[in-house]
Amino acid sequence: MSRILLEMQDIVKEFPGVRALDHVNIQVAEKSIHALVGENGAGKSTLMKVLSGVYPYGTYEGSILYDGIECKFNNIRESETKGIVIIHQELALIPYLSIMENIFLGNEQAVRGVINWDKCRCEAMRLMEVVGLNERPETPVNKIGVGKQQLVEIAKALSKNVRLLILDEPTAALNDEDSAKLLDLILRLRKEREMTGIIISHKLNEVTKVADKITVIRDGATIETIDCHMQQITEERIIKGMVGREITNRYPRRENKAGEVRFEVKDWVVHSPEYRERLIVDHVSFQVRRGEVVGIAGLMGAGRTELAMSIFGRSYGAGISGRVFKDGKEIQVRSVSDAIENGIAYVTEDRKSQGLILIDSIRANITLPSLKALSRLGIVNENEEVKVCEEYFNKLVIKATDIHQLTGNLSGGNQQKVMLARWIYADPDVLILDEPTRGIDVGAKYEIYCIINELAESGKSVIVISSELPEVLGISDRVYVMNEGRFVGEVSGEEATSENIMHCIMQSNC
Amino acid sequence: MPTIERKVVSLEKKAFSLDIKKYAMFIALIVIVLFFQVTTDKILLVPMNVSKLVMQNSYILILTIGMLPCILTGNIDLSVGSIVAVIGAVSGTMIISMHQPVWLAVCVCLLLGIAIGAWQGLWIAFVRVPSFIVTLAGMLIFRGLTMVILDGNTLGPYPASYQFVAQAFLPDIPGTEGHITTMLMAILLAAGFVFLEFRKRKQQIKYGIQVGGKIAFSFRLAAMAIIILFVSYWLTLFRGMPIILVLLGVLIIFYSFVTTKTVIGRHIYALGGNERATELSGVKTKWVKFAAYVNMGLMAAVAGLVFSARLNCAGPTAGNGFELDAIAACYIGGASATGGVGTVVGAIVGGLVMGVLNNGMSIMGIGIDWQQAIKGFVLLVAVAFDIYNQSKK
Repeated sequence: MSRILLEMQDIVKEFPGVRALDHVNIQVAEKSIHALVGENGAGKSTLMKVLSGVYPYGTYEGSILYDGIECKFNNIRESETKGIVIIHQELALIPYLSIMENIFLGNEQAVRGVINWDKCRCEAMRLMEVVGLNERPETPVNKIGVGKQQLVEIAKALSKNVRLLILDEPTAALNDEDSAKLLDLILRLRKEREMTGIIISHKLNEVTKVADKITVIRDGATIETIDCHMQQITEERIIKGMVGREITNRYPRRENKAGEVRFEVKDWVVHSPEYRERLIVDHVSFQVRRGEVVGIAGLMGAGRTELAMSIFGRSYGAGISGRVFKDGKEIQVRSVSDAIENGIAYVTEDRKSQGLILIDSIRANITLPSLKALSRLGIVNENEEVKVCEEYFNKLVIKATDIHQLTGNLSGGNQQKVMLARWIYADPDVLILDEPTRGIDVGAKYEIYCIINELAESGKSVIVISSELPEVLGISDRVYVMNEGRFVGEVSGEEATSENIMHCIMQSNC
Repeated sequence: MPTIERKVVSLEKKAFSLDIKKYAMFIALIVIVLFFQVTTDKILLVPMNVSKLVMQNSYILILTIGMLPCILTGNIDLSVGSIVAVIGAVSGTMIISMHQPVWLAVCVCLLLGIAIGAWQGLWIAFVRVPSFIVTLAGMLIFRGLTMVILDGNTLGPYPASYQFVAQAFLPDIPGTEGHITTMLMAILLAAGFVFLEFRKRKQQIKYGIQVGGKIAFSFRLAAMAIIILFVSYWLTLFRGMPIILVLLGVLIIFYSFVTTKTVIGRHIYALGGNERATELSGVKTKWVKFAAYVNMGLMAAVAGLVFSARLNCAGPTAGNGFELDAIAACYIGGASATGGVGTVVGAIVGGLVMGVLNNGMSIMGIGIDWQQAIKGFVLLVAVAFDIYNQSKK
């Protein structure tokens, strides 16, 4: 057994009114990958912020032993000089600066304040090679994909001589391929550079793949630490620890009771708004039946969100052509309000930037697209509004003090429920859900699947876009496979397996 | 599925506990008033001075009412001072140089204000030029045009009928004393307020929404009615209610209503909170922004008319720096520079804070130089206090 690099003892962190961490203990062995799992709000990120000095010494109780020495970090800089680097879920890169400038941000290769660009470039190239990033160091960061941006973050960490790398949900925004690459890189860095890693993730299959030990945190307390080399680990085993009970079924049962064709798109073509000649969606046709849940699977960048947004009142893209039918009749959807009037709703992938008004109340967020129905002569009937919101608030079991609470203060799962409440109240016939469970914990996911089921049950047509294959397969009656702007396959029933979907994608790549 | 049992709380009750910062500024206003009341030897609240205070600040307050929706959408308007000047120049040229009837000039000026607002709104909403740049350009364009129209001269005086809005008081019934019309108006206003509040409460009870206790409710109504009646009575001790105060009151009530109770109002707040999300909820965000600027143009025209009528002349430097006073009033009153937060009443309180500071310091004999510096300091402290309050949550 290798020696312990980091030990956090009896960590207690309190915020006004809540105890976020309640006597957390964790030991991380040198040159190991240690995973932290737990539901949203369990305290994983808080713990890492305590470790890295975001919450300075004195604002928490307990002690941190690093390399055998007690540490009292007052800020991130102090922890970084010890080689502890944290990469947050929301990447801290400056979009308009180049890769090399980002790598050395705050750690510039300079002599007396004057930057040595040759050295900077040379060093950047070396680090980029280590992480396997094949780009020019001058390329602006916003021109490369999220997967590569993640690599830039890791290169940045390496430039600081990292010994303990903390990754907060590193693969949340990545597709399966990029995720696999990233995890391989972490394993390689451990081997070649003797780096220790702490990884926070919701994706349990990844955790079981890379971690040497897994610590489960629930409600701010350490529940257990599982040694992956000592026993066989199943995802069910971890989930049990996370939620405190066994979830026998991760997806609610559903029966396919699809009726007649409700919604149909034919020959849909969308071009990129930046480069008019580039095809984003390439002659896509599909249909959805009444009471059916249809999944759209595919890798990140396959064009699924762009497809959905362009159908939803041309909210994305240029040079759009194709025809949309509802109940057999062709409809025109030139704007979002056209789409809503025709009974189409779209729940955006990115809740924070495109979905919610975070500085506004749950109430204002739920009724935003439906104010017309709640008003007479342009004057909103607030009493009716409160009544309606209360109804959906209770129906979807949104956890908040009341409907006047700001949506910015809610957890991811509850924010998603507000989004669903908004569009369910708008009473659409066709509901497009884009990554409805991204960044949401297991328990809340199950509740959202139940809501989707109920919607289908009531005769609505639901289209679910998801990057998680098990999820698409678990909740849909039928799955379209999308790759590089085209629909490359359709699977349902017995054929609906991850292997078949990946097969469709791989075949189309040739 | 489990359900959570909770009480349904009325909006007002909630608003009271949430908006401490709004009341904070109101309390600050009262403190400032009391301070000057002492330091000016009780001159500040003399009926004549109250009257003067209202008239002196009316045009800034009108601009503030127009500015708030623009700020709520996350934008700004730097051109309003120049629009005030150009409106004065047009009305002066029409009435004084060309001897056109007053009503025609007023109509032309209001339409011109709308047109200017539409012009700027077009660039901001549809061409997506940042509002700061469009209105900075507008500030130069309309100041320049004012000088072109006036040829560098100052026009005046206006006929009495033009000055009516800005300088007159509510006319009295012939043969009576004590400004009965003013008091009648106040009684009507107080009665109307009480009636509406009662109706609202009844509606809320009907919808099963929990309302505040009867005593608190009665107390609130009584306090509001007494304030209305007392202020009016105080004004009768001078020359009655200024016409401009009636206009201001109507505008404040109307715009408070529009921003809080109507669909367009809710769209403005949503747009300021998150433009993309609002767009994806089917709101025609471009038109909402456009409307905010058309409205700003109209308000600037009204302010231009009031200002030229009050000064009784139209000059090339009229309205210099008004935009900054109006913007400062909104921020002091709790509006957020990034949009989505702020109220009409808050902005008016902010405007009054500035107005009372101006007036009080003038009475004390403090020079315009120090007045500027102190006003700047107040703006900074007020906004810093706001931000501190928010981060504390």
